[in-house]
Amino acid sequence: MGRVSAATAPWPVASIANPHPPVPAGRVFVALLSRDLRVARRELPFFLIRTVMQPILFVIVFGYLLPKMGFTQPGYQAALLPGILALSLMLASAQSVTLPMVTEFGWTKEIEDRLLAPISIDLVAIEKIVNAMIQGIIAAIVVLPLARLVMGPVAGFTFSHFPELTLVVVLSAAAASAFGLLLGVLISPQQIGFMFSLIITPMIFFGCAYYPWRGLDVVPWLKYAVLVNPLVYISEGLRASLTPSVAHMPFIAIIAALIVLTGGFTWAALVRFRMRALG
Amino acid sequence: MYPAAGGLAIPGAQPGWAPSNGAQPRGGGETVALEGLDLVVNEGEFFGLIGPNGAGKTTTIGVLTTRVIPTGGTAWVAGADVVRQSVTVRQRIGVVPQRPNPDRALDAWENLVYHAAYFGVNRKEAARRATELLERLGIADKARMKVDQLSGGQQQRLMIARALIHEPMILFLDEPTVGLDPNARNSLWEILRDLHAQGRTIVMTTHYMPEADELSDRIALIDRGRLLALDTPENLKKQTPDGSLETFFIAKSGRGWDA
Repeated sequence: MGRVSAATAPWPVASIANPHPPVPAGRVFVALLSRDLRVARRELPFFLIRTVMQPILFVIVFGYLLPKMGFTQPGYQAALLPGILALSLMLASAQSVTLPMVTEFGWTKEIEDRLLAPISIDLVAIEKIVNAMIQGIIAAIVVLPLARLVMGPVAGFTFSHFPELTLVVVLSAAAASAFGLLLGVLISPQQIGFMFSLIITPMIFFGCAYYPWRGLDVVPWLKYAVLVNPLVYISEGLRASLTPSVAHMPFIAIIAALIVLTGGFTWAALVRFRMRALG
Repeated sequence: MYPAAGGLAIPGAQPGWAPSNGAQPRGGGETVALEGLDLVVNEGEFFGLIGPNGAGKTTTIGVLTTRVIPTGGTAWVAGADVVRQSVTVRQRIGVVPQRPNPDRALDAWENLVYHAAYFGVNRKEAARRATELLERLGIADKARMKVDQLSGGQQQRLMIARALIHEPMILFLDEPTVGLDPNARNSLWEILRDLHAQGRTIVMTTHYMPEADELSDRIALIDRGRLLALDTPENLKKQTPDGSLETFFIAKSGRGWDA
């Protein structure tokens, strides 16, 4: 082992009479975020494969092959594309926060270093949400041109509702990330398998990603049962702004639901995060 | 100045200041982890908090480092209340955890530089300090390695570097040599002696008597959440026939040291 030589402190030892000035919370927040984005950049290839694989495979089968075989009706592709983007956004946001939270609290205890940063505990949690939002939005931006490439021109697809689209994307990312954080602080490492089977998979299939919500008019009880699923509002919100000719949920209802869900998930996640942090 | 109400008080307080009534920080749930613990640690002191497993050492450190909320009593660390001014406390302390918990997604160097950024240290200064600390702690050659490739002792040194990089007023160490082989432990002791020689205030918990004896200016002996004794190692040992801290503890607590 290397011997350490006795020496004077390399820089003045702060004392109670001369403390360091307080660090603004914004600066700490940005430092935490820059670490997360650095790691995300480094893991970019894995991130892209993880987020892009499932949606694109689905697009290939349901957005290209089945229509080509004549198994789908005209207009299905317009209904499908926003749903695929919704799925990409949701999964990327959740994955950016859920599994890391489970492991950081569960066994590595890496969260401890963040909890010792000079910032409130709530802001440590909110930074995780913001980081996940960024990754979710990037995933959707990456998947869109790829899906479009696979499906070809989609009748009814438009960017002309750009302000609505921006609002929907930001709120959707917030709702998905807050939900991801909540899941991450609720479950233990042993429950990860259950989480996928009992929560994530049903959410994906009953999230109106592969079919529009109005299509569930044919199964009325299901139409209302799925309203607890945040993915429904993300899918419908993207339909309302990208393919408005496809029948969709009223825009104001979508926005209201996303705001309420984001607020609810965030509040619950912060409460639980605090409990686990200050155990 | 600081309130006359009781509690743990870590500098900030005037040297020798003593609380006027007992503090009762408690752990969560039914178990009373700490009861009536009154402590004052002086600036520049190496303070050892010793006790067997289950004594309440980790809870005490948890309260002092804002990681555990006490259900009663107060604690002041570096001039700030750990509950009401927790952010200020965190800015002024450095903590070396019991088990190394480096950021595994970053290499050793990045662990230090990003941690410094959390405390508002600018990039250039953080880089300078990181270089210096890695050198002083004998792990400069590991700077760009993934932390998983570092041995237990090296990871612990990295944790010490990380706890120091933002220039804390007080350094907390929670059982820093648990699981280390004798060579690694002695190396770490050297490092801690050097830090103490620089005038730093250090609070260390341990259940290993020789460690507290070797390093501490004063020791607080606790068991089952209660303070059994508080004095220099020499004064405590003088009170036993064989000059052993362990004998002192057994006599005070009425039970064996299940370390």
